Amino acid sequence: MSLPKPMMRGLLAKRLRFHLPIAFTLALTAAIAFKYTVTEPKKQAYADFYKQYDAVKEFNAMREAGIFESVQPTGK
Amino acid sequence: MLRLTTGRVGSLLARRAIAAVTTSSTRMASKEVSESVDMSQPMYWDRVDIPLPDKPYKDVLTDADKSLKQKEKGPWGQLTKEEKIALYRLTFCKTYPEMKQQTAEWKTVIGGIFFFLGFTGIVIWWQSVYVYPPRPRTFDDEWKSQQLKRMLDMKINPIQGISAKWDYEKGMEQTRNDPGCRDAGASVDASFGFALSN
Repeated sequence: MSLPKPMMRGLLAKRLRFHLPIAFTLALTAAIAFKYTVTEPKKQAYADFYKQYDAVKEFNAMREAGIFESVQPTGK
Repeated sequence: MLRLTTGRVGSLLARRAIAAVTTSSTRMASKEVSESVDMSQPMYWDRVDIPLPDKPYKDVLTDADKSLKQKEKGPWGQLTKEEKIALYRLTFCKTYPEMKQQTAEWKTVIGGIFFFLGFTGIVIWWQSVYVYPPRPRTFDDEWKSQQLKRMLDMKINPIQGISAKWDYEKGMEQTRNDPGCRDAGASVDASFGFALSN
């Protein structure tokens, strides 16, 4: 019985031709998904926080709580 | 049952020790209960992945066996069923189904596992009594609650972390209506771990 000669060369190239586009697509998708689920919300959260941030008010609140050593709460 | 298991484990270890100690046939002077096997000659094994061992099972044939072997040289159709089975048993010790028979070894294994787990437990208990230093004071509930209060006063992680999740008007943790909230625990310990990771 004579079988056809099997593929002897180019096996890695064939595999790469198939898998490499898939790999790149998946990697790109993962990066885009991460950007829009994690980094963009985080940036927005920081922007929103600092829009309404009053540094002096926060400082005074911390001062009253008594965590500083350089300034005492206003009572003393 | 425990004693039986340790006995079996002990006998397994002893057998392995004996097999390691007894070597080639040049040491035949010491008469032991099991005679030493000459490992330089081809050996017979019953193994599922070696269907044809290095030598047939029975080397020394009786006269009846020898005559059977002679008959084997002729056409096999003339052999009766019993003769065929006898020839098989000359060459092989166990058949494949006999080799693949389930043993009760798993009970020994599980028993050994539990035994050593228990022994480890005893070692750990002994360590907790005689080895460990006294518990750090930072683990006391009072210390932990004071620590949390200080973190909240300092507004640690005010944007997405612990101070963002704290309701300063009510003086307690916010009710979870935000589905993106990553902190699931309401306890002090969960707050610490989450705050440190963010």
